[in-house]
Amino acid sequence: MSAMSAGAPRSLASSGQKSIQDILHPLSAEESALNPGSAAEKDLILPNGTPVDTSSPASSSSLLNRLQLDDDLDGETRDLFVTVDDPKKHVSTMETYITYRVCTKTTRTEFDLPEYTVRRRYQDFDWLRNKLEESQPTHLIPPLPEKFVMKGVVDRFSEEFVETRRKALDKFLKRVADHPVLSFNEHFNAFLSAKDLNKRQGLALLTKMGESVKYVTGGYKLRARPVEFAAMGDYLDLFTQKLGTIDRIAQRIIKEQSEFLMELREYGPVYSSWSSFEEDLHDPLEGVSGCVSNCSSALEELTEDMSEDFLPVLREYVLYIESMKNVLKKRDQVQAEYETKLEAVVFREDKKTPVPTDVEKCQDRVECFNADLKADWDRWENNKRQDFRQLLTGMADKNIQYYEKCLAAWESLIPVLQDKQEAEGETS
Amino acid sequence: QFLGGLGFVMVEKGTSLLKMMEISVAEAEKRTGKNAVNMQETYTVYLIETRPVDAASEGTNPVPDSLWRRYSEFELLRNYLLVTYPFSVVPPLPEKRAEFVWHKLSADNMDPDFVERRRVGLENFLLRVASHPDLSSDKIFYSFLTEENGWKETVFETGFQAKADSRLKALNATFRVKNPDKRFAEMKHYGDELQSVISQLLRVRARAADRLYGVYKVHGNYGRVFSEWSAIEKEMGDGLQSAGHHMDAYAASVDDILEEEEHYADQLKEYLFYADALRAVCRKHELTQYELEMAAQDLTSKKQQREELATGTIRTFSLKGMTSKLFGQETPEQREAKVKMLETQIEEGEELVKERNTECEEFVKSAWVDIERFKEQKDHDLREALISYAIMQISMCKKGIQVWNNAKECFSKM
Repeated sequence: MSAMSAGAPRSLASSGQKSIQDILHPLSAEESALNPGSAAEKDLILPNGTPVDTSSPASSSSLLNRLQLDDDLDGETRDLFVTVDDPKKHVSTMETYITYRVCTKTTRTEFDLPEYTVRRRYQDFDWLRNKLEESQPTHLIPPLPEKFVMKGVVDRFSEEFVETRRKALDKFLKRVADHPVLSFNEHFNAFLSAKDLNKRQGLALLTKMGESVKYVTGGYKLRARPVEFAAMGDYLDLFTQKLGTIDRIAQRIIKEQSEFLMELREYGPVYSSWSSFEEDLHDPLEGVSGCVSNCSSALEELTEDMSEDFLPVLREYVLYIESMKNVLKKRDQVQAEYETKLEAVVFREDKKTPVPTDVEKCQDRVECFNADLKADWDRWENNKRQDFRQLLTGMADKNIQYYEKCLAAWESLIPVLQDKQEAEGETS
Repeated sequence: QFLGGLGFVMVEKGTSLLKMMEISVAEAEKRTGKNAVNMQETYTVYLIETRPVDAASEGTNPVPDSLWRRYSEFELLRNYLLVTYPFSVVPPLPEKRAEFVWHKLSADNMDPDFVERRRVGLENFLLRVASHPDLSSDKIFYSFLTEENGWKETVFETGFQAKADSRLKALNATFRVKNPDKRFAEMKHYGDELQSVISQLLRVRARAADRLYGVYKVHGNYGRVFSEWSAIEKEMGDGLQSAGHHMDAYAASVDDILEEEEHYADQLKEYLFYADALRAVCRKHELTQYELEMAAQDLTSKKQQREELATGTIRTFSLKGMTSKLFGQETPEQREAKVKMLETQIEEGEELVKERNTECEEFVKSAWVDIERFKEQKDHDLREALISYAIMQISMCKKGIQVWNNAKECFSKM
């Protein structure tokens, strides 16, 4: 594989202060960056101090990311399939919890076997996500469903809650599996294949996590956020707002529908008691009562569906956006560090001597980050569009089904109501 | 056949008045004037239009005769009919004050929607009376429709108010009938049950209407937020924006839906008040029966008194008897005078009983004819009302399907 020149336009996703021509290609000074396990690569250290994950071919070096054909999501080249299903309750003396079955099918050589079936609990998914965030900080990590649920308010073991969670966990793993970089992550591999997840490493890293947070907030000042990333941040802020509004509206509708349902449940039976002291009108009135009852059931289904399918997806996206904003902040920090260091250098030395390596590494970090983020952003936009198209058409569908059920009920009532008149017509 | 304002008034064959003339309550207007205590008041008057039936069919279209009446005059007419035709189930007037309202509807009598619904209700009332076999040929009713001035005086001249007062007192008093007519007792019970169930139905329906309004209107908020959201999107923007418009349309559609439903509520209300009219007939029958029983009882006791005087035995307690025992026997002359008086009273009493008996029999006959007529009318009208209610619901469902399909199309283009 040949080293690329500084002039390759597509691959250099630079968004720094200088023009593309002036910036040295991050790899031009280090030919061996492509070889896994090379000495040079060991120098790549992430802002939080952890070594770069080098066990996979598409490591944090964004070059491979850029060179790889962007994954088509149609599954033609997909070689990793993951599903989450079969929730089961585990009762022990210490605690009660739910586990989910995680099935994997793959042709990837990174996996020892073509198929795996393991059982995981929410904690494990949480661990995986944290590991991904730490080890791939330049990428957008998909969200998990909410961790904490108020005991007493929500039944953590109810069918609806468990099913909602299962769907979200399934979505999470599928998004990771579809991601060209994240899917090769060693922790993801372990999650899918290991009999028992080794969490000691997780504990150790937890302390390092604390340090990294300090690092990020102990900030350098950013001169100017590049337009495209500023636009992303603005967009995310506005989008979160809109999602919040939609969530509130949906909840309000569910509430009003529930109260309407309550009245309907009282309304229908009144027709029934009326029919009990009528002769001619007995059947028509009884028919109306039955009709109202059918409509009530249809409405109940609609409300439940919206609660179970619509609201959780909205909330997932809000969480997703939260984590994305954090990634944007980290990016800002990386750029700020680079700019500060570069400035210090520029004023001290003359232009002839090459830029010191740590400044170069900062520059590299910035560019990698920007490239990863942009690629992920495009992917995210695409997914977002699909997800919301699906979500909203789903909402429309549910409402259509509700009205169709009611329509059928009332239409079938008409002949019952007209019955006597037809009989009269025959006899008269 | 001429159909009434609410489209479901059943017209009797051979109705005299409705065959001759078209009746409608065409308009409502606000007036101000001085009332009985010389204070300014605002009230509504309704324009009653009448036109001979033939005129329309001949092709000529003469201007209808018309006059203005206010609600209190309708009330006066109805009270007159109640007293004059006690065996008839007299059609009810639309409610005096708005009841069973859900929050958006005003309970204000001056509210234009209320006035409009009342106009329709008053027209319905007139058509019902005009198609009633007994009531339609009443002269007072006719002059109500045709003579603007002096009608009130004419009504008072009939002296119905005196009858009304005494009857009212009797009806309000509690009395026990010894041999209640089973059919009427059952009818009265039916009237009670009907009134109770329709009241409940109207109450719950009003609450449900309130909630339904809320459901639709909140969807309008989607319209706004989709519009705002579309402004920050590129490809998704158009789909969202148009979907938002459909959500607005959905929210707006509830106003028409609930207005139509109010129509259904009015139909139910008419029968709520009809239940009252039915019970009134049963009550009046009870009174008639009671008066007959009282007369018969009185006659029997007088006859027994005569017997005692004749045989000298005292079986019935009478104060006169006791005092005569205490203060000595009476003279034969005195006794004979008493007997003679009793004989006259007995004769009169027998006449009275005969009268009251005939009255009772006639009442029962007439009342039962009208009750049967009413039963058929009620079954027909309520069935029609339920059919139109079902049709309304079907229309609402179809509109809902259409709107959501439109929205779905927009979403799929996102």
